[in-house]
Amino acid sequence: MPLVSLTGLSVAFDGAPALRGIDLSVAKGEAVGLVGESGCGKSVTWLAALGLLPPKARITGSVMLEGQELIGAPASILEKVRGGRIAMIFQDPASSLNPVHRIGKQITEALALHRKMVGQAARSEAKRLLDLVGIPDATRRLDAYPHELSGGQNQRVMIAIALAGQPELLVADEPTTALDVTIQAQILELLKDLRRHMGMTLVLISHDLGVVADSCERVAVMYAGRIVEEAPISRLFSAAAHPYTQGLLGALPPMDGPRRRLAAIPGGVPEPWAMPPGCAFAPRCAHRVAACDAGVPGLIPLAASHRVACLQVAQMPIPRESVPA
Amino acid sequence: MLRFIASRLARAALTIAMVVTFAFIVLRLSGDPAQIIMGADAPPEAVDAFRTAWGLDEPIWVQYFSYFWAILQGDLGRSMRDGRDAIVLVTERIPATLALTLPALAIKICLGIPAGIYAALHRNSLADRVVMIIAVAGFTVPSFVLGLLLVLLFAVQLGWLPSGGQESWRHGILPVITLGLGGAAVLARFTRSAMLEVLGQPFIRTASAKGVPWHAVVTGHALPNAAIPTVTIIGFMVGSLIAGAVVVESVFSWPGVGRLLVVAVANRDLAVVQCILLLVAITMVCANLIVDLLYGLLDPRLRAAPGKAA
Repeated sequence: MPLVSLTGLSVAFDGAPALRGIDLSVAKGEAVGLVGESGCGKSVTWLAALGLLPPKARITGSVMLEGQELIGAPASILEKVRGGRIAMIFQDPASSLNPVHRIGKQITEALALHRKMVGQAARSEAKRLLDLVGIPDATRRLDAYPHELSGGQNQRVMIAIALAGQPELLVADEPTTALDVTIQAQILELLKDLRRHMGMTLVLISHDLGVVADSCERVAVMYAGRIVEEAPISRLFSAAAHPYTQGLLGALPPMDGPRRRLAAIPGGVPEPWAMPPGCAFAPRCAHRVAACDAGVPGLIPLAASHRVACLQVAQMPIPRESVPA
Repeated sequence: MLRFIASRLARAALTIAMVVTFAFIVLRLSGDPAQIIMGADAPPEAVDAFRTAWGLDEPIWVQYFSYFWAILQGDLGRSMRDGRDAIVLVTERIPATLALTLPALAIKICLGIPAGIYAALHRNSLADRVVMIIAVAGFTVPSFVLGLLLVLLFAVQLGWLPSGGQESWRHGILPVITLGLGGAAVLARFTRSAMLEVLGQPFIRTASAKGVPWHAVVTGHALPNAAIPTVTIIGFMVGSLIAGAVVVESVFSWPGVGRLLVVAVANRDLAVVQCILLLVAITMVCANLIVDLLYGLLDPRLRAAPGKAA
């Protein structure tokens, strides 16, 4: 049984769809990347799963956490899941920490909620967590405020807070986007280390295929509120099947070989209130046929754990290599 | 921290000096006190004698410096009307004014802040709209209109409460409500927008994401941040405890500092007007100073020395 499985998860804001039926399973211990450009619904997927969207969001579908339905679950259940079983860290660490509370207090708050630790025990556990995420001089840092730390250190604090509840799944929502490149690498390394040592499951949300390739085993590509392709990371780079994924890969600069112009995907993402009737990518797609506008294509299995939502996949000029199951 | 306080105190002194100067100039330009106090029919010799007695025949800059020098020595002058010390005249009115403004301040805080928080937490609900309509009404209706409406309803129509005067505590009810409601409306609006601003911040989502129950997110994470802008408004209200009731005291014939000011201005009783303005400036400046110090306490980012508690 997967740890978490999303089925038909849909979200609409004021009638405009932001998510249009997400099917995704995350197994215990694996690292899954969720990529796509901003606004495609990557973050909304997990905010919806944890009930963190504003009340005006209309959520349908199902999110099962080991047999426990989270959509529509009472607050008491969700409060135990949030931070206790599924923790989430966010893009901008500086504004994601409360500016008027000390670092230590923000960590011990989670310890009190999920592990009933208070007083000196909580404080020494908070110090241990700061040590674990690589913050030097942890004892003194417990009494610091977020504005006294750098962006990278604040993101480490966010990770420490996330670890405080000993969650089974960590959802990292663009954890490195707001950081310098060198700090980015350190934070990704830290996440990989923690996974190795704690056997934690990771969902890494990013607009950056490179970040995901480095940290995840499996990747799901999202476009306009749907998953359009899902594959093991090596397979995605060698045999991307969806025209959108191919476009994304074509837009990556090559690390070696002659310099070439980066290929851009023509057109833009459709607005939520003006979705095409069929495949959302069809208006920008070079392989579009009449059938593409007839209905929204579902995910079709292509090879072992490789699924793609495209009718024209049979006609695609992609290497049809076989992937060991 | 000491340097911070010292620079604030220096600025406060400068502000007060400017208020004193401004009041002096405006009052001297706005009419001849001798003529007004002695009356239009007074013989010129009597008016001249009055001028000499009060030093009004001196050149204006001599008057200004001797006035300033007197203030520095703690002498705020005497009333030209009855010859008593201005400071005595003013201070004996202060309790009456505070009897209105302090309960009104309590109403503003106890009504305005919870209403603003409630409206923000139930944004766009019916309750939010009702609170905001009342708040906008309280904000835009001038206090003399509200005061007269209350008099019309509770004194004239229902006959429950007296319409003016200061004979018993019941006389204070309508003026206190008039003052309190207007301020509560202002505070409700500010608290609501401060709360909405804070509730939209990413750290609120972080708190929810770590499993903090919503009521604790509001009290533990949102309120301490929303307090920062709200304190500014409360500071302003504290600063106007002495002079904030001029209109309401006039409407309800309440013998406080505000009424004294209105009468003293009409009579060109220079020393009394200047004394009140000085007092108002001092309370306002003190309130601002306290607000500045509170900022440091509420927001660690504003503390002078990072890492050290203020």
